[in-house]
Amino acid sequence: MRHAAAPIAFGLIVLGLWQAACVGFQIPRILLPAPTAIAAAFAANLPLLGADFVQTVIRSVLPGFAMGSGAGFIVGLLVDASPFLRRGVLPVASLAGALPIVGIAPIMVMWFGFDWQSKAAVAAVMTFFPMLINTVAGLEAAGAMERDLMRSYSASPVQTLEKLRLPAALPYIFTALKLNTTLALIGAIVAEFFGTPTVGMGFRISTEAARLDLDVVWAETLLAAITGSALFFGLAYLERIVTFWRPAFQSSSEKEMR
Amino acid sequence: MREAWRRTLPIIVVVAALLIVWYVAALIVDAPQGALAQERPLLPTPGQVTGALLTGILQPLDSPRSLIYHAAVTASSALVGFALAFVVGIALAIAIVNVRMLDRSLMPWIIASQTVPALAVAPMVVVVLGNIGLTGLIPKALIAAWLSFFPIVTAMVTGLRSPERIQLDLLRTYSAGSWHVFAQLRWPASMGFLFPGMKVAATLAVVGAIVAELPTGAQAGLGARLLAASYYGQTLQLWAALVMASILAVVVVALVDGARSLLVHARGGRL
Repeated sequence: MRHAAAPIAFGLIVLGLWQAACVGFQIPRILLPAPTAIAAAFAANLPLLGADFVQTVIRSVLPGFAMGSGAGFIVGLLVDASPFLRRGVLPVASLAGALPIVGIAPIMVMWFGFDWQSKAAVAAVMTFFPMLINTVAGLEAAGAMERDLMRSYSASPVQTLEKLRLPAALPYIFTALKLNTTLALIGAIVAEFFGTPTVGMGFRISTEAARLDLDVVWAETLLAAITGSALFFGLAYLERIVTFWRPAFQSSSEKEMR
Repeated sequence: MREAWRRTLPIIVVVAALLIVWYVAALIVDAPQGALAQERPLLPTPGQVTGALLTGILQPLDSPRSLIYHAAVTASSALVGFALAFVVGIALAIAIVNVRMLDRSLMPWIIASQTVPALAVAPMVVVVLGNIGLTGLIPKALIAAWLSFFPIVTAMVTGLRSPERIQLDLLRTYSAGSWHVFAQLRWPASMGFLFPGMKVAATLAVVGAIVAELPTGAQAGLGARLLAASYYGQTLQLWAALVMASILAVVVVALVDGARSLLVHARGGRL
């Protein structure tokens, strides 16, 4: 948090220039509204934004994120138990992770209907593969020395997993979790382009953009940005607390040396 | 030979298991309406999807049902977006590594730019750019670029910083200037980091191009195909378009891999 001053100053400068350009050059609202106009639209549409937030984030993104990440983690643990499965599942999962999975959105809408279930399903599938890959990679991360030490204590596989390999995997798991926040949000919002019960951030953005009511779209975008950042930086903060022992978090002087 | 077998057998087993599960699930799901016989199965079997895919690919190229045509439309905006992201991403990374103030002030915003679900903004970008007369490929390419510049920036920043102190010190003893340090050490060292980042970026460019096609009124491209098929409930076309999109992503990633092997070859067998 000590280094927040520079980015905040940079952000304020950009906002100031943006405002000045909008007022100075009289950029049409339809092209780019001034930051103050967006803030005003945000304040004026609070009930609408609140309803969309509940529908998209609380009811679609969070369940989907939890299901996908949880399933990826559990499958990762199972796959890790068998070298044969690890060699078979990992390449397939990496391939699946590189595919445009968001394209399943129309299929999920067809299967699970217009309400939040289909959105959560898309978010779950999208978050599953990064978590699976990172869990398996993370469980490999513990060094040979530490493993030998556990063996010399005659630790059981479960004990080794609990005391050594899971903590060593945590940085990888947090990487997947942070990536998954954005993926889950994207999945839910894009799925709303294919049909919704006329509420939700993706629905609002696509319909209001078509009606050229861009103030609402910008307010909705701001909401999406705040949500995405809050989820990401919240997890980053949690990561710092949970994996406090990592060198990267112990002193910031190391990076400064470069 | 045995080594290759040891590596591929598990993959074959896993893929076969997935296909069997898919097939059985399709039989169960579609059983009430008479499996395999219908035009719009809830879950098509692998065979039905392959059939629809082949039908789509074998259409004449100028037919609106040709999947090759739609894939080419999507690929063109994805590639333009990827090229843009490549140039901007590398330029940004060089700036960040060289100017310490930028590292402090810009990097958090680059990270924050990715927490904005860029795809959610796609409809607005398309509408706004349409207002100032930019239609067709450019809005889609911009959305693809927005998604795909991030992995390139982060990979290049890491790569340009990867030379170790001892290597930097060696160049200093040669009294090398900062340009030489960059050209002889930092840039070559970053290549090993660049390509994994480019692979991710290439996939994201395809995803961005597909989603950007959704709000454009759905005339051409795999995204438009997905939307139209979903609107008319044509599940087979939907699955075929999805598989085609996956093939496109795999091809683009393979192109990046090809570029990597060319570079490895040019540099005498290592990166």
